[in-house]
Amino acid sequence: MTDYKTVFGSLEDYAKGGVHIVDDDPKYYAFSNIFEVASQAAPYEKIAVGKNLEYVLEAIRAEGTSEWRATPHDEFALVMDGTVRIELFDPTAELVDPSTGGSVTLHGEPEGNPMGTVTAQRGHMTMLPAGKAYRMHCDGVGVVLLQTIEGPDTVYRWADICQTF
Amino acid sequence: MTITDEAPNQLGYRQFRVGGFTFSRDEYFVTVEWPTGNHQMPVDHWLRCVQRDVAWGFFYGIVNFDSVIGTMNHYGTVDMFAGRFNEAYRRAEVDYNETFGHDELLDCFRAMLSDWTNEGYDPFAAPLETGSAFGPSSGNNDEAVTRRRVVAERMVGVPGDEPLRSDDSGFPVNRAFADVDQGEPEIDAAPGYEDEVCSFNLFAYLSRSDVTWNPSVVSACKESLYCPTTEEFTLPVIHGNDRVEWFVQISDEIQWDVEDRDTGAKRARVIMRAGDVAAMPADIRHTGYSPKRSMLLVWENGSPRIPEMIAKGEAPVHPVDF
Repeated sequence: MTDYKTVFGSLEDYAKGGVHIVDDDPKYYAFSNIFEVASQAAPYEKIAVGKNLEYVLEAIRAEGTSEWRATPHDEFALVMDGTVRIELFDPTAELVDPSTGGSVTLHGEPEGNPMGTVTAQRGHMTMLPAGKAYRMHCDGVGVVLLQTIEGPDTVYRWADICQTF
Repeated sequence: MTITDEAPNQLGYRQFRVGGFTFSRDEYFVTVEWPTGNHQMPVDHWLRCVQRDVAWGFFYGIVNFDSVIGTMNHYGTVDMFAGRFNEAYRRAEVDYNETFGHDELLDCFRAMLSDWTNEGYDPFAAPLETGSAFGPSSGNNDEAVTRRRVVAERMVGVPGDEPLRSDDSGFPVNRAFADVDQGEPEIDAAPGYEDEVCSFNLFAYLSRSDVTWNPSVVSACKESLYCPTTEEFTLPVIHGNDRVEWFVQISDEIQWDVEDRDTGAKRARVIMRAGDVAAMPADIRHTGYSPKRSMLLVWENGSPRIPEMIAKGEAPVHPVDF
């Protein structure tokens, strides 16, 4: 029986592919690599690596402890590298307009009830429920891919992260 | 539709008719006839294409079975065409297109899959993991060709939503993913919050997929749909986009051939390795090659309004402008 080896990427070890143009513009493919983007990011910077109208995929460098954030809709955090501890919190008052998109930064500690924690490693996907608050912690450096909607803290850096020639 | 009144042919296969299209099969090939022409395809490839079209409900946009035959989804109705996206057929005016109700064509394809798929052949499986599609009619594999597509409302593993996969539920780890860590996240939910503190091992979940090239929804942020899939050998169809679609390569490598959606002229090759992200513009068609079973996250905006928005210039053909 063949002994297969599954290749995942990490901050320390990734091999980026690319677009080989025949008759097109490489910018149309917005080609980037999550680990490369995270390696050049500030902790918990939310850098868009995918955008489909209002929806975005954000690459996040998890390092230390993030600010508390409140989300008006479900978000999903997929750990791509490292171990990330996610705290979930049920606020007493509504912290973000449920008709808006994207999570917002909370200044200070929210008031309410702790919901629990998830300690997630590579490949683990965690739901960040609508109307709740969360923060992340990573002892080392990790990478999270966030499925969300563009918000006030989404960072667009396409010219820096995408293949252009 | 439908199954014609004629008796099965000498190999035991029925003939199907929908509108002006007639479909028949022999030991090796499917023959498609329409008022202005005809076409043949190897039956294994045909069944792999029809299987995806059925499972996806005709998917987003165009599903080309090859450079001649395919379907185009209008989300309620669906076109079946021959040569519509082939310059030579159009120039010669032998291209053909007919519009059907979604269920009419789907029912025809379902009946065809049931009749033409022999026992031991699974159109969803990688070639190394299934039997032969060829030869005379021999039983069926209805269990395989009627699999239900996973569509999570919030996220796989959330109570009441799509379940996780396990040995006990009939999803053993695939031979090519035997080295994928099966550990689950540590969840510590406060009393009363057990249904909202949810997390699962997506990579382990994918390692237990029993199908290839079949995007299934594992999480939904409104109309933003995560549709990961495991890929091995070739994507049987050439998917013509009616909206921007995104790929995140989770593991291993896939190479994509990208062509102009309407003419088939080559535009690019895209080599994707673990961690790579790439968009497929809304005016291309693409097919992929995965030499080792890999994990691919297909990310879709599921809004049915997008094709009309693109036609009106309200949504972009290209993913981002920079």
